Amino acid sequence: FYLTPSQVNSILKANEYSFKVPEFDGKNVSSVLGFDSNQLPANAPIEDRRSAATCLQTRGMLLGVFDGHAGCACAQAVSERLFYYIAVSLLPHETLLEIENAVENGRALLPILQWHKHPNDYFSKEASKLYFNSLRTYWQELIDLNSGETTDVREALINAFKRLDNDISLEAQVGDANSFLNYLVLQVAFSGSTACVAHVDGVDLHIANTGDSRAMLGVQEEDGSWSAVNLSYDHNAQNEHEVERVKMEHPKSEEKSLVKQDRLLGLLMPFRAFGDVKFKWSIELQKRVVESGPDQLNDNEYTKFIPPNYHTPPYLTAEPEVIHHKLRPQDKFLVLATDGLWETMHRQDVARIVGEYLTGVHHQQPIAVGGYKVTLGQMHGLLTERRARISSVFEDQNAATHLIRHAVGNNEFGTVDHERLSKMLSLPEELARMYRDDITIIVVQFNSHVIGAY
Amino acid sequence: AAGMFLRLLSDIQWRAAHPRWRRMSSSQRSTSTSAEPHPLSLPAQAQVVICGGGIMGTSVAYHLSKMGFKDIVLLEQGRLAAGTTRFCAGIVSTARPVSIELKMANYSNKLYEQLEQETGVQTGYMKTGSISLAQTQDRLISLKRIASSLNVMGIPCEIISPKKVLQLHPLINIHDLVGAMYVPEDALVSSANVSLALATAASRNGVQIHERTSVSHVTIQKGRVTGVETDRGRIQCEYFVNCAGQWAYELGHSGEEPVHIPVHACEHFYLLTHPLQEPLSSSLPTIVDPDGRIYIRNWQGGILSGGFEKNPKPLFTEGRNQLEIQNLQEDWDHFGPLLSALLRRMPGLEALQIMQLVNCPESFTPDMRCIMGESPTARGYFVLAGMNSAGISYGGGAGKYLAEWIVNGYPSENVWPLDLKRFGTLQSSRTFLRHRVMEVMPLMCDLKVPRWDFQTGRQLRTSPLYDRLDAQGARWMEKHGFERVKYFVPPGSDLLDLDHSKTFYKPDWFDIVGSEVKCCKEAVCVIDMSSFTKFEISSTGDEALESLQYLFSNDLDVPVGHVVHTGMLNEKGGYENDCSIARLSKRSFFMISPTDQQVHCWAWLKNRLPDDSNLVLEDVTWKYTALNLIGPRAVDVLSELSYAPMTAEHFPSLFCKEMSVGYANGIRVMSITHTGEPGFVLYIPIEYALHVYNEVMNMGQKYGIRNAGYYALRSLRIEKFFAFWGQDLDAFTTPMECGREFQVKLDKGMDFLGQEVLLEQKQNGVYKRFTMFILEDHDTDMDLWPWWGEPIFRNGRYVGKTTSSAYSYTLERHVCLGFVHHFDENTGEELVVTTDFINQGEYEIDIAGQRFQAKAKLYPFSSLFTQRRRKDEVELSGYQRE
Repeated sequence: FYLTPSQVNSILKANEYSFKVPEFDGKNVSSVLGFDSNQLPANAPIEDRRSAATCLQTRGMLLGVFDGHAGCACAQAVSERLFYYIAVSLLPHETLLEIENAVENGRALLPILQWHKHPNDYFSKEASKLYFNSLRTYWQELIDLNSGETTDVREALINAFKRLDNDISLEAQVGDANSFLNYLVLQVAFSGSTACVAHVDGVDLHIANTGDSRAMLGVQEEDGSWSAVNLSYDHNAQNEHEVERVKMEHPKSEEKSLVKQDRLLGLLMPFRAFGDVKFKWSIELQKRVVESGPDQLNDNEYTKFIPPNYHTPPYLTAEPEVIHHKLRPQDKFLVLATDGLWETMHRQDVARIVGEYLTGVHHQQPIAVGGYKVTLGQMHGLLTERRARISSVFEDQNAATHLIRHAVGNNEFGTVDHERLSKMLSLPEELARMYRDDITIIVVQFNSHVIGAY
Repeated sequence: AAGMFLRLLSDIQWRAAHPRWRRMSSSQRSTSTSAEPHPLSLPAQAQVVICGGGIMGTSVAYHLSKMGFKDIVLLEQGRLAAGTTRFCAGIVSTARPVSIELKMANYSNKLYEQLEQETGVQTGYMKTGSISLAQTQDRLISLKRIASSLNVMGIPCEIISPKKVLQLHPLINIHDLVGAMYVPEDALVSSANVSLALATAASRNGVQIHERTSVSHVTIQKGRVTGVETDRGRIQCEYFVNCAGQWAYELGHSGEEPVHIPVHACEHFYLLTHPLQEPLSSSLPTIVDPDGRIYIRNWQGGILSGGFEKNPKPLFTEGRNQLEIQNLQEDWDHFGPLLSALLRRMPGLEALQIMQLVNCPESFTPDMRCIMGESPTARGYFVLAGMNSAGISYGGGAGKYLAEWIVNGYPSENVWPLDLKRFGTLQSSRTFLRHRVMEVMPLMCDLKVPRWDFQTGRQLRTSPLYDRLDAQGARWMEKHGFERVKYFVPPGSDLLDLDHSKTFYKPDWFDIVGSEVKCCKEAVCVIDMSSFTKFEISSTGDEALESLQYLFSNDLDVPVGHVVHTGMLNEKGGYENDCSIARLSKRSFFMISPTDQQVHCWAWLKNRLPDDSNLVLEDVTWKYTALNLIGPRAVDVLSELSYAPMTAEHFPSLFCKEMSVGYANGIRVMSITHTGEPGFVLYIPIEYALHVYNEVMNMGQKYGIRNAGYYALRSLRIEKFFAFWGQDLDAFTTPMECGREFQVKLDKGMDFLGQEVLLEQKQNGVYKRFTMFILEDHDTDMDLWPWWGEPIFRNGRYVGKTTSSAYSYTLERHVCLGFVHHFDENTGEELVVTTDFINQGEYEIDIAGQRFQAKAKLYPFSSLFTQRRRKDEVELSGYQRE
């Protein structure tokens, strides 16, 4: 039993999304040409999330991937909320005042973000009011703080991450009168999510990363070859600095129990994450919240379970590591992806596959007749063949889809094997997670002309 | 040999400015490669300066000099005929759907035919004929429609079978053809040489030609052209003609006061081959295969073939210099689909060797028609550009009309479809042009069925009610950038089906529009008519009235609150505009004209109103939303909303009053509907639009109110024989010729524009007469529908063409409106058309070659008017526009 190529395509393309930055007056003035994104589920439902939006009150574009664990609730909440926190953190004082006044007087709000969403990327309607109130409290505090200084992107990113995680935690402690919402905020807080977010504004690229998703820059060398530059560090047991950090934050007595089997407290793979209050709250707080919480929570063994050797919480933080990079003309694209991709492919291969895909689309060697003797029939044959080749190489209209095809279907020679691809995609739900993880990819393409002109 | 233009150009050195022209004209080709002679210095002044030495510029120079203008200078930034003209494929084709374009092409053909004899310059003219192929039945219908209009113009043309095609052109694969149109007198030329021949003749007539001279900008003072700045100095001039082709847009924008010329270039590719083993005959007809998107002509024993691809490549959006035109790349991958179409059409050419793929940019316009005429903002600034790749076909005729325009003040034909003033600033955004020409270029080959619309550059101007109407199922069309409703799709109708309503036969909105019409007749409908052009004219003294009395044919000295339908006539008594004017107070007037009059009417009034600070003309189009309440219950709805009696005693027809509707005050209510049905138009300050609309719809519910669109309006106006400016009426039609004498007050006590001609016509009769035709043996379900432009036959002889048509749901017949002429049977001379002449004939209308019997009428059916009114009142409302 094999899937036909068109069945394979429809599975691979189900979640693909492309956005092109619109031209203005025939020109594209943005350093971002556009982006392609896609995700392939292994969990049912998928626990990865992605977001992309343009900041409307400040300049720049935000893109992010979020890898959830212990359910998708936290990743979902972060994918809806984080960009608002970042955008608000970036806003100048006057704009914050204007927005607050508008809310106060029931006037229409300035739009803050323009989302670029796939139809499957949803926002929770029920929680929007709650989320909005938390966000409003945040900007009110920002207004009161009014430091008067211009907003630094690094600071803004760090503040936004920490603040959102704090709000998630608080909302779960306070609860909600509506039983659905009450359960929702607890689910969000007890599940967890990593986040890897890019903020692009002109040539300034900031990556804020929490957890083990990864950002990678695709660079074209002078000889045309492709290389990869990491723009984030994985927060997991393989990262010595990270292990070091965790050990520094806790008494020496816990040194042995902190990292076991490459996991935090022997349980958690990522060393930084949103949510996961089981690794952040005191035992008393956890017990109190679980007991007073709804029955569903009490019936859940996972939430009631207290990690072993749990002495000096918090063990986990959502604070991101921020890397700033000045874009250069040779920086052609950025890949943000959850660990599902990086487990199966080396970043060097990712750079090459995406690089060749993107340039293939744009710089196909043109044909020139020149002084040669060519007949109409020969030319026709040549053109037909070229068209056929293009359509097979580029049956993917989307760089992220192309990458997933390789990630799932590559054989030992590094080429896509249809048989393998078909097998991997037709695994039954309960088996899929054994062979592969959720994969979420965003490929951002840069505009070298604009970047070169800076 | 035909069309050796590429080679010829490289042989000849067109280095000389003025003096060598005479030598050239005696056909002495200089082959000298010696250093350039010193260019003659520019004159300090000239009457006319033409910018651009392509086919357009040289044709204007040629015709101006023939018409007696002496003091003309033509400037070319590079060499003569070196731009698009040089690369042009050289096909002269008269098969054009728009009548004025057809006339231009026909004139061009005749001009080029004798040009070599006249000038001694070889033009490569060869009468090869052309064959347009049809792969589908619909395509064949569109060819038959063109054939009908060619035939009545006296241009030989026939619809032929695929077999006959094969006889005329042995290389053609005819297996997928259903028929073709053969025009035996179409021709091939070397367009560069035609242009040089025109230049030679012009030069002989005294035109000074200066190459390598670029115009930097045109100076304009007080709304008049005063001169031209060039890289070689300044020339003072009275007239400037912008024939700069794809640079026309930039040149128009180079001065302090921009002149908006909406053209945009696209890359255009064609292929040249080496000769066939047995070289192709130079008399082989040109093949146009619109379904394959290609054209093929013989070229030096081989072929030249190009086309209009589906995915055009616009260029020069940011504006570039001319050098780039030389450096454009061939793009074989892009040409691939056209090459496939070529080899499918002529499979025998597989072994033919390629010579070159030429990339030659062409300029396109937003509506596929060329641009000519005078700038609405700068008098004396003329334009001829945007040929949509038919420059050589139009060159002769377009140059002639423009020259007439400059010399006489108006051309000898109605060129409104090509007039620059049909566009405003709104069509000259670069983004709009770039997107629109990407739609226009493929349309060159697409099948154009009745009522097709452009899809790009939409939703630019909208009524404040747009979203409300859209949510209720509105389907939209566009006029002058304004979105207007065609009809409303009732909930539950098959939407997909309706979007594919493009057909030459009965369209699928037939029943929908039928029910809207029924509602207008029996209850009440609302049509948003906000797109109309609205001006206010006021003065501190009597200046407004005095000026308007001169500019309009009807008497405007009416009591305050009266509405007058009147023409805005030119010196020849023809309609420059057709409008309704309400007298708001003794000294202010509110004028409503068709949507596309916004630029033209403004320029016309601005140029003719006295320069008097007491007199104010204001464009208030954007300030008002217009709702047309049509139907017998409109009066009930309005009186309930305003608590004011609206019956005929209190609010007679053709009356205007400011009143409150709902909570909103200051609504101008006029008792006209533009359809002959009872009702009112409400002119609502836009901030009240939504409120008034909601109130009307709520209150109207109990009277059965519903939304309606322009198709319903159109059916209503045509069945009542109402003419519409821009379609039925034009600058060559007088009120006398369309039964509108009642809208003219010849004795209003003062002179007005066009009065003399009208008096003369009243005395001696008219030479054409606007007539209504009811199709008798036409089966609405089965037969082709009339559109406009169908030939009218009287007793078997051609007498004129229709100008518009619609299905009348009341008569259950098709109604066509059109003009009947009386051509002398022997001499063809135009004779006076009398009522008897109209009434005593048997008529037929030719729809795509099939003739249908028609009954002619000079007056509308009185039974169609639901309310009994005085006859003159009925006719007074007998005016309409869309």
